[in-house]
Amino acid sequence: MKIFNYQAIYVIWLRQLKRFVRDRGRFISNFIQPFFFLSVLGFGLGSTMIPGLPSGIRFIDILAPGIIAMSIMFPSVFIGLSILWDRQFGFLQEVLVAPVSRLSIIIGTTLGGATIAIIQGFIVLFISLLLGVNFNLSLLLALVPIFMLLTSFVAIGIGLIIASKMQSIEGFQFIVSLFVFPLLFLSSPFSTLQASPELLRNIAFIDPITYGIDGLRATLIGYSYFPIYIDFAVLIFLSVLTMSLGSYFFSKSEV
Amino acid sequence: MITMSIIAVENLKKYYKDVKAVDGISFKVNEGEVFGFLGPNGAGKTTTIKMLVTLLKSTEGTAKIVGNDINKEPDKVRNNIGIVFQDPALDDRLTGRENLDFHARMYGMKKEKREERIKEVLKLVDLEEKANVLVKNYSGGMKRRLEIARGLMHFPKILFLDEPTIGLDPQTRRSVWDYIKNLNEKEKITIFLTTHYMDEADYLCNKVAIIDYGKILVIDTPLKLKSQIGKDVITIGCSNGELCADLLKKEKWVESIKIHDSNVTIGAKEIEKKLPLIIKLAEKNRIKIKSIDIRKPTLEDVFLYYTGRKIREQEADISERFKRRFR
Repeated sequence: MKIFNYQAIYVIWLRQLKRFVRDRGRFISNFIQPFFFLSVLGFGLGSTMIPGLPSGIRFIDILAPGIIAMSIMFPSVFIGLSILWDRQFGFLQEVLVAPVSRLSIIIGTTLGGATIAIIQGFIVLFISLLLGVNFNLSLLLALVPIFMLLTSFVAIGIGLIIASKMQSIEGFQFIVSLFVFPLLFLSSPFSTLQASPELLRNIAFIDPITYGIDGLRATLIGYSYFPIYIDFAVLIFLSVLTMSLGSYFFSKSEV
Repeated sequence: MITMSIIAVENLKKYYKDVKAVDGISFKVNEGEVFGFLGPNGAGKTTTIKMLVTLLKSTEGTAKIVGNDINKEPDKVRNNIGIVFQDPALDDRLTGRENLDFHARMYGMKKEKREERIKEVLKLVDLEEKANVLVKNYSGGMKRRLEIARGLMHFPKILFLDEPTIGLDPQTRRSVWDYIKNLNEKEKITIFLTTHYMDEADYLCNKVAIIDYGKILVIDTPLKLKSQIGKDVITIGCSNGELCADLLKKEKWVESIKIHDSNVTIGAKEIEKKLPLIIKLAEKNRIKIKSIDIRKPTLEDVFLYYTGRKIREQEADISERFKRRFR
């Protein structure tokens, strides 16, 4: 059996993208939700000061990378849901019975999810620009897509792990609100780690999303808690870990 | 020369914790046949098909599909078979053509071959005009036809159909049957199907295996199965079924007999001529006759003959079996 079936990887990726583009409601809400978060939170709370911010960095500048990470994280985690959806509606059988390795199926699915996540990330990036967020114009900007990708991989891995342990779509939704929302909120998307109380900060250290947001802050606004290489290294480690676990569980699951 | 069986199943078993879903079945299917697995829901039909198409591992035993072992060479098996699942397995956000294209690429077909074959199979199931419509706008029958077309995309030698007409209205069922028959004749493809519809098995299959509680009870052509019962069949509803059956058993012209609650079903030749005799016999022994039904034997009668139950009566306890199986 071939390990990589390129045509299969491509067509699984293509299917995800087609579904994404055709889902108008989802497409529009992808614009509106981050827009509200950024404008209402950013300007509404714009005058609140986060202690310890260097001059020239406003609240909305801190907020934008957090919202970008959020808009990457959710579609990525929901890749797991789309697998459950395919299982419920039978399409997964069509995929699993093809003479294609499970690894190829996971690669195609992951690349599809990551592509969608990054498109969403850039949409929010674009909205932030329109709202006047001060991005730090430096060579580090070139690393933005890489941090987006890594954040997405970690979240997809988490989604795959949840999906392979869940049998129903309802169960997945439950786990998302129980587990994934805290992951987001504990990673300080609306504040800085520097300003967090010590307890929250220590919890944030074990939250994978923290490093995604911190990395995006480092590259976008040049202000972060960790040095950029630490964010990078941790994200690489975590994405390999969650993706391998997710793939392993998925390949063990029966129809 | 011995002709090779295209499917050869040897003592195949699938056990779940305490349920024997498939309990040691063996059979052979010859090339070009339409082979039907007939049995009530929960008899083990879908489990068997899932093992044959390599989606489930067998607990014991194995099968060879076009000479390849389902456990040892699943990839070769997969290349040789097309499948239409019991539940629709289409992506309804894609068009018909896109669903076929997805399939073709999953099976590694080259671009030109792909496009040519998509045209061919669409024509085969008369969906050319709907090819670019999203599947969510298809009717139930069109979806089934598209799935059949998809199953044929990669030139399989065998097409597996799991309950091909479940949930379709009578008219659509009829047309799906004709497509299946047509395929078998024109594309020379072997077909393995499961069904719990007697008429479907009768109409489509050259050979039928009756399966119940994970075991095959009998395999033969529909014609032979029915003629075992007798040329005609009569079902008598009466006040004392046991007595009635005992009396009739002694009659020489009775070819087969089965009691089922207070009904007695007899198979015999020219049964309408025996009717006065039956009534007289009943009167003499003070048995009240409530109903009489004379007909040509169907596979339903064959099922009744082998299991002592009608296939329909099992429907009631499906949910019970279902729970047992999946707990």
